[in-house]
Amino acid sequence: MRILGIESSCDECAAAVVEDGRRVVSSVVATQIPFHARYDGVVPEIASRKHVEWIDGVVARALAEAGMKADELDGVAVTSTPGLAGALLVGVQFAKAFAWSLRKPFVGVNHMLAHLWAPQLEADTPYPFLGLLVSGGHTLIVRVEGFDAVEVLGTTIDDAVGEAFDKVAKHYGLGYPGGLVMDALARKGDPRAARFPFPKLDKGEHRYDVSYSGLKTAAIRQLELFWNPEYPRTDENLAAAFEKAAIDLLLDRLLKAVEDTGIRRVVAGGGVAANSYLRSVLASHPEIDARFPPLSYCGDNGAMVAGLGYMMLARGDRSDLSLNASPRVPIYRRGKGGR
Amino acid sequence: MIVFVSPSPEASAALGEAIGEAAAPGLVIAFRGGLGAGKTTLAKGIARGLGVPDEVTSPTYTIASEYEGRLPLRHVDAYRLRSADEFEDAGGELWLAPDGVCLVEWSENVEGALPRDTVTIAIEIGSGDSRRFTIEGARLEEAPGFRPAVDLLAVGVKTGAGT
Repeated sequence: MRILGIESSCDECAAAVVEDGRRVVSSVVATQIPFHARYDGVVPEIASRKHVEWIDGVVARALAEAGMKADELDGVAVTSTPGLAGALLVGVQFAKAFAWSLRKPFVGVNHMLAHLWAPQLEADTPYPFLGLLVSGGHTLIVRVEGFDAVEVLGTTIDDAVGEAFDKVAKHYGLGYPGGLVMDALARKGDPRAARFPFPKLDKGEHRYDVSYSGLKTAAIRQLELFWNPEYPRTDENLAAAFEKAAIDLLLDRLLKAVEDTGIRRVVAGGGVAANSYLRSVLASHPEIDARFPPLSYCGDNGAMVAGLGYMMLARGDRSDLSLNASPRVPIYRRGKGGR
Repeated sequence: MIVFVSPSPEASAALGEAIGEAAAPGLVIAFRGGLGAGKTTLAKGIARGLGVPDEVTSPTYTIASEYEGRLPLRHVDAYRLRSADEFEDAGGELWLAPDGVCLVEWSENVEGALPRDTVTIAIEIGSGDSRRFTIEGARLEEAPGFRPAVDLLAVGVKTGAGT
C-alpha cells in the first residue's frame, strides 16, 4: 500500500509517499524558515498563508518524484494535532478534499506519534523503546510499546527545551533558528565558562520532568552570577555552557527512565535531536542503545505521517469529513510511571 | 494603580493565586515584562488559584493553551502576533470568551484587541529574585472579580513576604 502523508503543523510544508509504512518512495519538505527569521519565531499568520500557497505544489512534487498519479495512491494521511491551529487546518482541509475527490480512505494522525514512527522509516526499530521527543514545542520522555501505544513518563513543567534555546539566542542576538546557531557556536566554546543551576523538582511525581524557565532566566537575567570569570564572555562560551546545562538535564531524566524501566533502546526525535552534543553523548553512552532517525526524518516531514497513517489505515482506522485540526496535545496525559 | 513588591518567586506565585481565587468570568489580564521577568510564575499562581489541576506550561509554540479550573483559563502568548487583527484571526474571540479568564503575554503587540476593562500587570525585575508588579486598568474597579483580589492581595503580601 502506498500512502500519501501531509504535514503542515508548523513551519514546514511537507508531503511524502511511503510504501507499507516503511519504504520512503518520495519525500518533499518545503521550509518556511526564511519567512519567519526576521521575527525570530514562527508567525502563525505567515505560516498559514505559505501553507495555502505551497501545499498543492508540494503534494504534486511528492507524487511526481514517486512517479505516480494521484489515483494510484491507496490512502491519504494528514497531521491533525497538535500544532498551530491555522497551519494544521490547511493540511487537514487539503487532505480531506484530496482524498474525497479521489474516493480514497484518509486518516488524521497525531504529530507526536508520527515522530515516534520516524525510526521505523527505512529501518526496523523493535519495541519497546524509550522516545525522547525534543523540539521548540515539545519536551517529552515516553515509553513506546507500539505505533500508538505510548506512555508519557516526563515532560516540561514550563518551557520546551528548544524554546529555551530560541529565547536565549534571541536575547543575545545570536541568530535564527536559535538551536542550530547555538549548536554551531557551542562547538567553538568551553562549557566550563558558566555553571548554571540544575532545577529542583519534586522527586516523586516529577521524577522524569524537566524545567527550562529557571535556566532561561539564569542565562538571560543573571549571567554574571553564574559566569566563571576565568573565561572570556564570548557567544561561543555562552552557547557551550547553556547547551551543556540544557542537554545534561534531559540526559539525567532519560537515564533515570532507562534505569527504572530497564529499556535501553532510546530513539531521539524532533528538531533538538539534531543537536550534536546530545547525539554524541547518547551515541557513546554505555547504558544506552541509541537510535537516530536520519536527519531528514528528525525534523517535521511527511514520510513519518504517511508511515504512521499506513499503520492506522491498515488496522481499519478512518477519519471522515468532519475531521478538524486540534492545536492541543492529546497524548500529554501523564502515565503511571516507568517502574 | 496598585504596586506590589514581591521578594521571591513564592510570593509572586501567591499574588497570582490571590488573583485566581477572586477572579470572576470575563477577567482579562495583560502581562508586560521581558524574558525571565516571571510571567510564567505569575500565570502558574493564577491557575492554582482557579483550581486548575494541570501544570501550566509555556503557550509559546501553539500561541494559546486552555485549562479547566473553577473557570476556564486561557493563556495566550502574543509575541508572534503582529496586530489586533492577527490576534482575532488566530482565535481572539475564543480566548476572550466571557465565560473564562484570559491571560495575555506580550499584549503590547495586540493593543486594541483586548477589552476596555483589561487589567495590565507590568513586571519589573529588582535585585535578586525580587519583582515589582504594577497593576493598572482603565476601569480597575470594574474588572471582573478584581476588587476582591486586591483585598486578598493585602493579606497575601504579608504572608508572602515571609514575615
